[in-house]
Amino acid sequence: MSVFIIRRLMQSALVVVIMSFIVFSGVFLVGDPVEILVSDDADQEEREMMIKSMGLDKPFLVQYGIFISKAIRGDLGDSFVFQEPALLLILDRMPATMELAVVALLIAIVFGIPLGVWAGLKPESLASKSIMTGSILGFSLPTFWVGIMMILLFAVVLGWLPSTGRGDVQIILGMPISVFSWDGFSHVLMPAVNLALFKLSMVIRLARAGTREVMHQDYIKFARAKGLKEQRIILVHVLKNILIPVVTVLGLEFGGLVAFSVVTETVFAWPGMGKLLIDSIGLLDRPIIVAYLMIIVFLFVLINLLVDICYSILDPRVRLQDIKS
Amino acid sequence: MSLSESPTIEVKDLKTYFFTKGGIARAVDGVSFSVGRGKVLGLVGESGSGKTVTGFSILGLVDEPGRIVGGEILYRGENLVSASPDRMRELRGVNISMIFQDPMMTLNPVLRIDTQMIEALQAHESISKDDARQRARDVLGQVGIASPDERLRSYPHQFSGGMRQRVAIAIALLNKPDLIVADEPTTALDVTIQGQILYEVQKLCSQTGTALIWITHDLSVVAGLADDICVMYAGRIVEQGSVNSVLDKPMHPYTDGLISSVPSRNKRGVPLAQIPGMAPSLLKLPKGCSFGPRCAHFSNACDSIPDISNYENGRQIRCHNPLGAGTTLRVTD
Repeated sequence: MSVFIIRRLMQSALVVVIMSFIVFSGVFLVGDPVEILVSDDADQEEREMMIKSMGLDKPFLVQYGIFISKAIRGDLGDSFVFQEPALLLILDRMPATMELAVVALLIAIVFGIPLGVWAGLKPESLASKSIMTGSILGFSLPTFWVGIMMILLFAVVLGWLPSTGRGDVQIILGMPISVFSWDGFSHVLMPAVNLALFKLSMVIRLARAGTREVMHQDYIKFARAKGLKEQRIILVHVLKNILIPVVTVLGLEFGGLVAFSVVTETVFAWPGMGKLLIDSIGLLDRPIIVAYLMIIVFLFVLINLLVDICYSILDPRVRLQDIKS
Repeated sequence: MSLSESPTIEVKDLKTYFFTKGGIARAVDGVSFSVGRGKVLGLVGESGSGKTVTGFSILGLVDEPGRIVGGEILYRGENLVSASPDRMRELRGVNISMIFQDPMMTLNPVLRIDTQMIEALQAHESISKDDARQRARDVLGQVGIASPDERLRSYPHQFSGGMRQRVAIAIALLNKPDLIVADEPTTALDVTIQGQILYEVQKLCSQTGTALIWITHDLSVVAGLADDICVMYAGRIVEQGSVNSVLDKPMHPYTDGLISSVPSRNKRGVPLAQIPGMAPSLLKLPKGCSFGPRCAHFSNACDSIPDISNYENGRQIRCHNPLGAGTTLRVTD
């Protein structure tokens, strides 16, 4: 196990280094931040000074070298706009995004698995067919449109939920969290549901497909032949088997949930790092874009590792060990 | 079986049909037999002859689109065909248990052996986990698994095929059932393991008085194990009687064909005898005797489905032109 983790950590470090190069050169190609940041009436000398202060006068590879040597020491550069360390700016907004993503993930699991198992057990019933049709909508409707429609319905017409912002936050374990107060919860509910819809549909489909497959296995029939109650067969024998693909996919998708909360955060004006990214792209604030992408890369790598470990707990056939090549 | 004792299981004119889009498949069509305490019945036939469906019908585990449409299954006088699903669940695993064909598929891959054994006990009686584990351990030892304590904590994939089948047999034996339906339990195993398992199952049945229905297509297994034999073809029993009389003097041409196609060292160099043709599709059974088109003794009479005729020593044959009919007395009742 420990050998496996060490090896995976080394692979992960390599992935992070390669991604840093791709991200850095990608951002370098897009636009000239000086054009946006410098005031219109600045003369050539002021422009030169600005370029120099941002380090943009040096050749690309030298800039990259400086970036890497600082990054190793935990400094991903200062924001052009805020004049503050980019990493701190992002980390400052990370709890909001994480909270949104975790709530969305919980919604997807808590509703997706039971609905999917139900649809898998009774594939011919009207309820199951409605669930499956609903999941197609969840897959195909664009997030931003659903978000706007939700605001229209629940905030404007019915007036049940607030349309924007984060509401009350409490400091829990040093992080600002909003779900534990009613005001905060009412703010997080709509964006979280919006973000969860796609994953919810996916969980439903995975759980349904898994259930239908597992129900026909001999070991389910054997479990029946043992005289087990139906609820034990479903809650233990079926559920544990279908959790394997669900955990794998959800784990991998959690990174996506964080990365693509950009759209939801924009629609609901949720003060998370996705919204910061969109603002920074508009201003060509390179350090923030780079830092954001590096954090996302890091997150994906970390999640993959965690999924592998989870997987081995659920499926005894996959015990992580040093595989001799 | 002795007449004084009522049989453990009595199947009377059982009909299990599958209602498919292509038509009605009569997988089991009027099957009758009975098994007494401590006796072993060999249910023989080729793939698709309805042996397995007969077994599942007894346990009430016929999958959709299959349904028991007629007949009775009397377990100690109680008709299981009309029993409620709850009653069937109570009986399954305690009074009637089943061993499946493929040991690689019968154990849940993500649950430990102890979980799968303890739940089988706890489903039927309130027994503490420790006591249940103790029972499981004892039974594992009984079926010849070394160091059962350690094995209980293993997962199925850590066992070989033979060991898994032993575990499955141990689970079937856990609650000391009156009847075990064993569906080709040794087919997937190699011959030495098969021999050991046969020996152990036979020993256990005679010790505990458990009745056993052994479904197989292997006549040599039946010859060594069973007391009585039923030969099935296309959903019907074509011949039944005691193992010795049926195997020594087969009367149905199909039984005769099966016996003569068993390879033997006495027939070295001679091509193996085989039954011409293929087993018919259950959706398109031939008119009359379903074995007719493949039978060397086909006559005009075979255009109608033959009834069961009784011969001495309780033998029953479903054939218009039985072999050696002159030498075996026909009983009219």
